[in-house]
Amino acid sequence: MGDRRVPDTFFTTPPEWTWWIVFYFFIGGIAGGSFFIASLLYLFGRINDRPLVRLGYYVAFIGAVISGVLLVLDLHRPLRFWHMLIESNTGNPMFKSWTPMSVGSWGLLLFGLFAALAALSAAREEERVRWGPGFVVGSAFRTVVAIIGGVLGFFLAGYTGVLLSVTNRPVWADSPMLGALFLISAASTAAATLILLARRRYIGDEISLGKLAEFDKSALVLELVAIVAFLITLGAAARVFLSVWGALLVLGVIGAGIVLPLAMGMGWIKRWSSRPVMAATLVLVGGFLLRVVTLLSSEQVHIAGSRVITP
Amino acid sequence: MAEAMGFFTDTTVCIGCKACEVACKSWNQLPAREGGQPELSGISYDNTVQLSGTTWRHVKFIEQFDSPYNGRWLMMSDVCKHCVQAGCIEVCPTGAIIRTEFDTVVIQSDVCNGCRACIAGCPFGVIDMNPVSGTAQKCTLCYDRMSVGLEPACSKACPTDSIQFGPIDELRQRAQRRLEQLQSQGETKAQLYGADPEGPVGGLNSFYLLVDEPEVYGLPSQPKLPSRNLASSAAGSVVGAAVLGAVGLVTLRKRRSEEVAESERGGPPRA
Repeated sequence: MGDRRVPDTFFTTPPEWTWWIVFYFFIGGIAGGSFFIASLLYLFGRINDRPLVRLGYYVAFIGAVISGVLLVLDLHRPLRFWHMLIESNTGNPMFKSWTPMSVGSWGLLLFGLFAALAALSAAREEERVRWGPGFVVGSAFRTVVAIIGGVLGFFLAGYTGVLLSVTNRPVWADSPMLGALFLISAASTAAATLILLARRRYIGDEISLGKLAEFDKSALVLELVAIVAFLITLGAAARVFLSVWGALLVLGVIGAGIVLPLAMGMGWIKRWSSRPVMAATLVLVGGFLLRVVTLLSSEQVHIAGSRVITP
Repeated sequence: MAEAMGFFTDTTVCIGCKACEVACKSWNQLPAREGGQPELSGISYDNTVQLSGTTWRHVKFIEQFDSPYNGRWLMMSDVCKHCVQAGCIEVCPTGAIIRTEFDTVVIQSDVCNGCRACIAGCPFGVIDMNPVSGTAQKCTLCYDRMSVGLEPACSKACPTDSIQFGPIDELRQRAQRRLEQLQSQGETKAQLYGADPEGPVGGLNSFYLLVDEPEVYGLPSQPKLPSRNLASSAAGSVVGAAVLGAVGLVTLRKRRSEEVAESERGGPPRA
């Protein structure tokens, strides 16, 4: 007998978006988040924040390149990756404004372009490179790149969740909160990445790092709110989390990835209150597990015969 | 555009012979699973288990038994529904999935790059990857046969006319007559699934006559388009971005106390 109580989204087939996509969502989120943090620091911060701005741009550029590679590798016909951008039979641009994957392909391309320009500008400023046009170190150019790239960074960080929602798969299509959740998680993981790299390479002063830590704590609080809203809006589809995925969500994502680093940052755990590297590492682990749980829990729901199989 | 064509599948006369599965595989030259090794699923007589990139017809076997001697079999030959508003076309980022002159839905294998968005977008779990071509594939409603005036292989092979092929309007009238006949005979749960052009996804060009709830057959009761979530999810992201931007401005901006400290040190150093 079929099950009459399951949501309609459960009568579908998993697309097998697994590890390449998990890593893409994680790294793409960090890339987008790093850019918009760097943009905000550039536009509204101090001149002493500039080392962190440059670090943010480098992370964004490297993340954008890795993201593109991961997406191409995930295709079953990777040499046809350009079909996302160009109509293969007409040569016209391929763009569907109502399809997040189509918009996202163009978004990643443009983000990569602006991340490259920002990274080049930063490298010229630090005299790591001496080539490239002189205007890339100009104030007006940097401001334009920071604004447009920052907006694209927000887009890259959030569209992945929208992409999942615009499907018919369990969990993904059952809540409208995934876009916001991934965006906020991208902010927290990007801030954590910048804190980790800055502390390891002695980049930025304590004021800059303190601001970043403040931003990260705020993002973690927002992320917690977004996860609760996500679970509430799932409705009957939340039954997927009555499994090992639910345990991973509660213990790994919420417990280890949000509550614990938040408690450390707030000084609630005296012994660990001055361990920003450990807190940032936990945030990164939690952000990664969020993508793992969101993607793989849905992937396990499928039909066999006329029955729905759930984890 | 030619007349809209499709399937009407009357599940009440399906005998589970799987001739449709065989005819489909044969005509479309679809490979066997696992090199043709026999596999038993344990799900009644259903060893095909599901539609896939290499199985475009799938006969479902549903056992409804209270006791070994009291019950019935439901059998249903499942296939792509060729939705009038197709979720797969909506989400395909390459334009590989097209609507034909027969109002059917076809994946162009030479355009598909295997991103699998259509698999996630299909409300019926019809589409899957073909490991041989590396592209998403499904029933074409035998576009090649229809183009030369032939009937699709599955309906041609069906020995009981459970699968009927023809112009959609004509099929709907036939289905309505059959529904009334069954209801007059006391089959109160008999219902048409996907025959209503005003219904979910604009109706299905491959629709069904069922004798139980759709979920019993592994079908969603209210199939929906993926784009239903676009506005709400995008709005959530925009709100999230606005809140994050505000938080970023509050936490990352240059503060007056920092300006004072820097001016006391004789201005900011070069970055």
